[in-house]
Amino acid sequence: MAVCIAVIAKENYPLYIRSVPTQNELKFHYTVHTSLDVVEEKISAVGKSLGDQRELYLGLLYPTEDYKVYGYVTNSKVKFVIVVDSSNTSLRDNEIRSMFRKLHNSFTDVMCNPFHNPGDPIQSKAFDGIVSGMMVQTG
Amino acid sequence: PSLHLPRRMADEAPFQILHNEVIQYIYTSAENGETENGRNITKLENMGFRVGQGLIERLTKDTARFKDELDIMKFICKDFWTCVFKKQIDNLRTNHQGIYVLQDNKFRLLGQLSAGKQYLDQAPKYLAFTCGLVRGALSNLGVKSIVTAEVSIMPACKPLVIHRQVTY
Repeated sequence: MAVCIAVIAKENYPLYIRSVPTQNELKFHYTVHTSLDVVEEKISAVGKSLGDQRELYLGLLYPTEDYKVYGYVTNSKVKFVIVVDSSNTSLRDNEIRSMFRKLHNSFTDVMCNPFHNPGDPIQSKAFDGIVSGMMVQTG
Repeated sequence: PSLHLPRRMADEAPFQILHNEVIQYIYTSAENGETENGRNITKLENMGFRVGQGLIERLTKDTARFKDELDIMKFICKDFWTCVFKKQIDNLRTNHQGIYVLQDNKFRLLGQLSAGKQYLDQAPKYLAFTCGLVRGALSNLGVKSIVTAEVSIMPACKPLVIHRQVTY
């Protein structure tokens, strides 16, 4: 379960960002913003290191004291960032991967919606629903 | 990995028919029909652009990241073209400096027009949407381009992709 989920356009501005609890929003915005540098680094490191550089899932970007930040980039250079609580050790890599896949699927649906203009903030209720399903529930 | 899309019956014909109708509609609803040719072509091209953006998002959802521009062009020629026109591009040539020429010897959307040179002047209308489609797909993959198409003899179509990199 995530505490923050963000979708960033290829020009590096946010298309969608949601965090729980909402008082800490600014801090999450900052965390996501700094994670973009790590994403850029990973994307441009093609051929320099071993391993599957062609994968969309980027893995753990960086851990902070309280949080772990994961990244994923689509072929259209849209980035997804998921922030989870560090204390949540039960969350495995596979689960994070499947969260990203769900996000990607829902995002693709948003892109194909003729009423959505690419580059605009995402306002789809369906997308909201998918994200809600992945976020930590507050009482 | 090959693209596996669910097989639907007769999904090719409806698109061709719809495409022809869209062209008809745009030309008859414009006040001066033929004299607004440029504007109508632009409308068609922009339609194709938006569809291309969405389509490429769906098609590249499960593919690996592209290595380089040539990789992207090959994807357009094989997977993308197959998805939309049920066949691959017949020939791809490049000057390795940003210009790519894709050749389709039997362009599906021109199939309804008689083979030969009689309706050559009508051909641009039927190519506009597809040019936009390719431009939209490339744009969403991060490639800024200008796509134009030529027909010398129906139904062969030679879209010419000019990729212009904006540098300062």
